[in-house]
Amino acid sequence: MSSILVQVIVGGLLLGAVYALFSSGLTLVWGMMNIVNFAHGDFVMLGMYVAFVVWTLFGAGPWAGAPLAALVLATLGVVVYFGLIRDIMKGPMLAQILGTFGLALLLRYSVFWWFGANFLSLPENLVGGTFEVAGLRIQASRLLAGAVALLVTLGLHLLLTRTSLGSKMLAVAEDSTAAQLMGIRPDTMQAIAWAIAAGATGLAGALIATFFYIVPTVGETLGIVAFVTVSLGGFGSVPGALVAGLLIGVIESLSGYLIGPVYKDMVVYSLFLGFLWFRPQGLMGKS
Amino acid sequence: MRFKHIIGLLCAASISVMLAGHAFAQEKTVKIGAVYPLSGNAASAGVHAKAAIEVAMDIINNPHPEFGNFPLAKNAGLAGLGGAKVEVVFADNQGSPATGQNQALRLITEEKVVALTGSYQSGITLTASAIAEKYGIPFVNGESVAANLTERGFKWFFRVTPVAADFAKIYYEFLKDMKAAGVKTDSVALVHDNTEYGTSVSSVITSVFKDNGQSIALDIAYAVNATDVQSQILQLKEKKPDVVIMIAYASDAILYAKTMQALDYKPPMIIADDSGYSDPSFIKSVGKISQGVLNRSSWSVGPPGSPTALIAEMYKKKSGDEMDDTAGRQMQAFFVLCGAIDRAGSTDPAKIQAALKATDLKPDQLMMGYKGIKFDEKGQNVLASGLVIQLQDGENYVAVWPKANAEKTPVLPYKGW
Repeated sequence: MSSILVQVIVGGLLLGAVYALFSSGLTLVWGMMNIVNFAHGDFVMLGMYVAFVVWTLFGAGPWAGAPLAALVLATLGVVVYFGLIRDIMKGPMLAQILGTFGLALLLRYSVFWWFGANFLSLPENLVGGTFEVAGLRIQASRLLAGAVALLVTLGLHLLLTRTSLGSKMLAVAEDSTAAQLMGIRPDTMQAIAWAIAAGATGLAGALIATFFYIVPTVGETLGIVAFVTVSLGGFGSVPGALVAGLLIGVIESLSGYLIGPVYKDMVVYSLFLGFLWFRPQGLMGKS
Repeated sequence: MRFKHIIGLLCAASISVMLAGHAFAQEKTVKIGAVYPLSGNAASAGVHAKAAIEVAMDIINNPHPEFGNFPLAKNAGLAGLGGAKVEVVFADNQGSPATGQNQALRLITEEKVVALTGSYQSGITLTASAIAEKYGIPFVNGESVAANLTERGFKWFFRVTPVAADFAKIYYEFLKDMKAAGVKTDSVALVHDNTEYGTSVSSVITSVFKDNGQSIALDIAYAVNATDVQSQILQLKEKKPDVVIMIAYASDAILYAKTMQALDYKPPMIIADDSGYSDPSFIKSVGKISQGVLNRSSWSVGPPGSPTALIAEMYKKKSGDEMDDTAGRQMQAFFVLCGAIDRAGSTDPAKIQAALKATDLKPDQLMMGYKGIKFDEKGQNVLASGLVIQLQDGENYVAVWPKANAEKTPVLPYKGW
């Protein structure tokens, strides 16, 4: 295998890990309360801006920006849950869809108003630049994002399967009335789920900002990938999002390189649709 | 009941008086519609376009004797219409051809604009100008370069900017000169997005080069607003072209610059086709890792005190950014349109159209470095021209070609970071 082909695959894996990273929050919210958060891409965007502000004000890299973005977004998640989601969940499906969609536009244009339309960017070597291993170029910022993606996935998976908090959250997701009878407060659990999901998304945004441009509409570009990743992985499955993200990353890279970049989305989406035809619940989703 | 009726009548009367007064006040203004991407992925370009038009409005509507003989500057408003002020109604095309078309329709039918300008992206200029054509409203475009815009047999469409074919010739001549100076320019690669702009410019460059016996070694098309461009860069890295011509909007251009650095890819020469690479936010965010990128332009600041230098200063004050080629071409088109309305002495679209057809501006009446402005029967400015500029220090473009207009000599190979 030529060294360039290996570089293509490694690049695809790192890209896929990033896709997984910003998809985990979306899949968690879906798994917990059957809500598709159309503002997800804009949560990523907010995380990016938090990282940018932290860097401009304090000159600090993602070591400070990422945790802070997670914290800010987690708070926003709770606010959004109590201020919007809790109420629209009682409404018809269309209200849920349009509610989060409206939130997306509100966030996007608030940032637009405050920061303007210019493309912003963090310095290239904020996370140690690029290094070479056996002839392969690896960007430290992408590697960091990939590593965090694995950790977040593992962490969320353990939280849901091994802790009592996780069991309580899943109980609410399964049957909120029954959970209530067992003394679990659905409101608290769902607010926690929103905090974790939005926090993970903010973290993802702050890390992506180290190698991507920052602009108010960036959520549009990234959001669509998150939806595809989550539905391929299986709605609600955190490990599924990781596997799906990696798969999409590698397929995108390979088809972009071998067939041509203009066709790569066609390849990815036709495989995606073909797969869903056989397995509509996704790779690891419950049927 | 009776009292209510009287009150009602009084209200109606006062409203109609207000409306009439409003209409009277409006008589002294000329309404022009401007469709730009004020939101969406190209919003950066749209916001800068708006600033450019607003500066032009300032120059036209207020007395600016410091501009000397620059058209429309000296007195307040349009002299041909008794000093009428120009009012611009901005509309957001959101980066979508369908929205751009709807906005053009709204401006014409509801805002009753007498002429239109815009719309940045060629694909949107295409749809918006089709509506203007249908309603018989002049559409003056300053920045869209797709060839087919003036190949539709339109009667109401005028384009001031040089087009893809002009630039393709500039690139070819530039490369020929470089080759004569000993630079290797044998294999040329094109990287372009799949929008109207990207596909048409790349096909024009391909055909102009082919006509001159130079083939394109590699043609990489990609989907606009990419999330990742590694495969494009790796394809280039493998094929090792001597010259890479980039045709991309700002979002992708920034991603290319970042990815080239990450994958340590430096072609010997990069020529960028304006748009993304001229966007002030491109230079601010990745200029330092794109040192030596060549670009095309028709804008040059000129000596202090000259109209162009004054415009650059006003623009910087308004937008916070340096004047660039795209904003300059948009402003120039707006001046051409207002000049035509001024000469027509009327807001009747047909008279404006006739005045546009009769346009004959000389270089000293322009802010852009064109050889003049004169439209052919297709509505294309036949005197549009440009030069090659280079981002040598990563902060400011300087003119490097042709020699007559060059501030510095081109520095090769491409430095990057």
